[in-house]
Amino acid sequence: MKQSQRISGTVANYVDERTGAAKWLKKNLTKVFPDHWSFMLGEICLYSFIILLLTGTFLTFWFDPSQREVIYDGSYVPLSGVHMSASYASALHISFDVRGGLLMRQIHHWAALIFMVAIVAHLLRVFFTGAFRKPREFNWLIGVGLLTFGIVEGFLGYSLPDDLLSGTGIRIAEAILQAIPVAGSYLAFFAFGGAFPGVSFLPRIYTVHVLLLPGLFLALITVHLMLVWYQKHTQYPGPGRTEKNVVGYPLMPVYMAKAGGFFFIVFGVTAFLGAVASINPIWLYGPYTPGQISAGSQPDWYMGWLDGLVRMAPPLETHAFGHTISWNILIPGLILPGILFTGMALYPFIESWISGDKREHHLLDRPRNAPNRTALGAMSLSFMIISLVNGGNDIIATHFHLTINGIMWFTRFGLIIVPPIVFVITKRICLSLQRADRDLVLHGRETGRLVMMPNGEMLEVHEPISAERKWTLTQHQAPGALPPPLPESAKRGLKGKLRTRMNQANAIQVPAPTLTEVKQIEDSHH
Amino acid sequence: MSNQIERFQDPGLPKHVHRTSDTDIAAEKRAERQVAAMFLLSAFGTVLTIYSYIFLKSDTYVFLPVMGSTNIQQLFIGLGITLATLCIGLGLVQWAKRLMPDEEVIADRHEMRSEEVDRADLVETFHERADQAGLGRRSLIKRSLGLAVGLVGLSPIVLLRDLGPKPGKALRTTNWESGTRLVLDPAGTPIKPEDLEVGAVAQVLPELRAGTERTLENIGVDAVLLIRLRPEDFNLNAERLSWTYQGIIAFSKICSHMGCAVALYEQQTRHLLCPCHQSTFDVTRAAKVIFGPAARPLPQLALAINSEGYLVAKQPFTVPVGPSFWERDSSRG
Repeated sequence: MKQSQRISGTVANYVDERTGAAKWLKKNLTKVFPDHWSFMLGEICLYSFIILLLTGTFLTFWFDPSQREVIYDGSYVPLSGVHMSASYASALHISFDVRGGLLMRQIHHWAALIFMVAIVAHLLRVFFTGAFRKPREFNWLIGVGLLTFGIVEGFLGYSLPDDLLSGTGIRIAEAILQAIPVAGSYLAFFAFGGAFPGVSFLPRIYTVHVLLLPGLFLALITVHLMLVWYQKHTQYPGPGRTEKNVVGYPLMPVYMAKAGGFFFIVFGVTAFLGAVASINPIWLYGPYTPGQISAGSQPDWYMGWLDGLVRMAPPLETHAFGHTISWNILIPGLILPGILFTGMALYPFIESWISGDKREHHLLDRPRNAPNRTALGAMSLSFMIISLVNGGNDIIATHFHLTINGIMWFTRFGLIIVPPIVFVITKRICLSLQRADRDLVLHGRETGRLVMMPNGEMLEVHEPISAERKWTLTQHQAPGALPPPLPESAKRGLKGKLRTRMNQANAIQVPAPTLTEVKQIEDSHH
Repeated sequence: MSNQIERFQDPGLPKHVHRTSDTDIAAEKRAERQVAAMFLLSAFGTVLTIYSYIFLKSDTYVFLPVMGSTNIQQLFIGLGITLATLCIGLGLVQWAKRLMPDEEVIADRHEMRSEEVDRADLVETFHERADQAGLGRRSLIKRSLGLAVGLVGLSPIVLLRDLGPKPGKALRTTNWESGTRLVLDPAGTPIKPEDLEVGAVAQVLPELRAGTERTLENIGVDAVLLIRLRPEDFNLNAERLSWTYQGIIAFSKICSHMGCAVALYEQQTRHLLCPCHQSTFDVTRAAKVIFGPAARPLPQLALAINSEGYLVAKQPFTVPVGPSFWERDSSRG
């Protein structure tokens, strides 16, 4: 026996005698993970979170979240002698007087942007492939929670340096608090420890940003991953892949190497961005004061849609009985996002209620094969994109020589008109793609080769596609793959009618071709 | 022959195709060298990081195309870390893709639902234990426990009460009083009408009593924008016109929508624009909202002149400045 084997044997023995982990480990080292590029989106979320923890910890060693006033005397000359908060001064200190400090700040900010992009991309992948279906509804809910907390965490993060831009963001957050009926001004005064801006808010959100929310993230991510592990990963449909198996590579060594390697790749890419691409250059904005502002004030992208909604809100306020209700803030700032996020969280349950499908699903849907769901997703996405466009209306206006007013009116109408159109078009596209699949299976692939028949007729030669491909394109309507029809008892009453109507809309599908049809076509050729 | 529709059948996993590194020793060696080269490059990256940290000057800048002026030391520490991490990653992935087994494995999957026996067992055990505790019978204990647990959560909420004071009159009060002189921000000097040309704009604050220091909370409610137009440009009612002085008009700079500083003044159109949400106010019509989400005009400050010829406030603001709140009586503007 080699020495290395002897040592690892001793260590393994030591651990196992104290934990009894041998059986569990043996089983899990050979655990199978399906392979697909879209499964790496969730990994990016996890890895950028780890990068955020590492770089964030580094930043806390120098950052002072205090709003006490100091006079800046660091090495950034243009702000020398300027009165500012200790928070802003320490952020400048990190940027100019700590070696690698600016780099860490920039990696931290880039990682936050990547974290949010990856969460949204991961969410879209899970939505469009139907991965949220039974038994994975809990993980969908955890995911929606992580997205929501991610938005808050990001906002708090870029609020901390107390530069002119971030202070303006806090001012807006305060106005949203203040707009809440009955309790608003009290909530604002409690949160800020008095009148805005006060000296309490930054230290408070600092604790939330570096302790409370990261702790919550860790807990939620842990449960999220444990469920993935325990329920086993979903897989895309294809030859040999069924609801009863999982096809892929074993944890050790392939998946370990790929996933571990991917962490370092994500780190490397983020570090590269942090090294070469300046982000949030706070020294250019100056310290926060409520009397000033920089033109083109923009939140980070994941807040942009909210800001866009607030910008396009009509100027509605109710003035009655000595009270004011600011619908222009409440609707875009709280009510609409509340409805959107609640709807998103409940979607798996709504879909299962409509379809009556209570079975487990481990094979993913190809988005085209669930036209209603895909159309709904595209519709929601178009809503978000239009809001986001309006969040950057000032930037877009200056870059493309448009008027802010024009963009605002376009998005105000667009928000209502475009999503339904997107729904209809997407659904049509899905059904057309299903038809294309059907053609491909029945008539084969167009080879591009033209043949002239003896009678002068020109034909394009079609080549049959492989049995594997045929199966992939038709498996979604194989016996047992479709949800059972709704029972008659579920169709009664107004709720029942609504459910039946949506159930029928869901059931619209181009019939998948069958072997019988292929044979009929072959017969007719002979 | 039956009428049964025949469907496609699952052909099963496709046959495994070997990679060149599985069959060709030269290709395998090449892959091995590639992986090792990546790891060596990573080691070089770490050396570069340490070198840059110690030996590069921290105040030298280089111009990068597109990116602009960049600090050399930060740049090279970053590039070092990039190499160090990225190359470990690329090496590991290459190792997995070229040299580790690439044959797909099939594992079984079982329904999440437990066996009927276990489910029945659980229910039975639960009821049995609940009975032992008397959960079904002892309603006095259950109810009093419910009360206690329900109330215990109140303490942390009550304890948060001291986070801040009650708003009181703070949202309605500013430091503008009758006769308060306008001083330029940030110079702090009082201002006379002749200091302001037609078309000019100035940010002013109320002059503070000697010995008091200006806080950010003050600025958050006190900031005022002074604009001078020709008196005939105004389109105001008699009262509001009397609040102007020789074409000089003053508005709260704190947006009536969400409190941002309304800082963009367009001289041609005489519009004030808030950069946050683009609420637009017409200066000639007492800051009436002409576009955007703001629902109320910016509060106007009545101006006058004192015996020494300095601009002063004729009276405090007649309405609260800044964003709306529940207790605000907005029927009066």
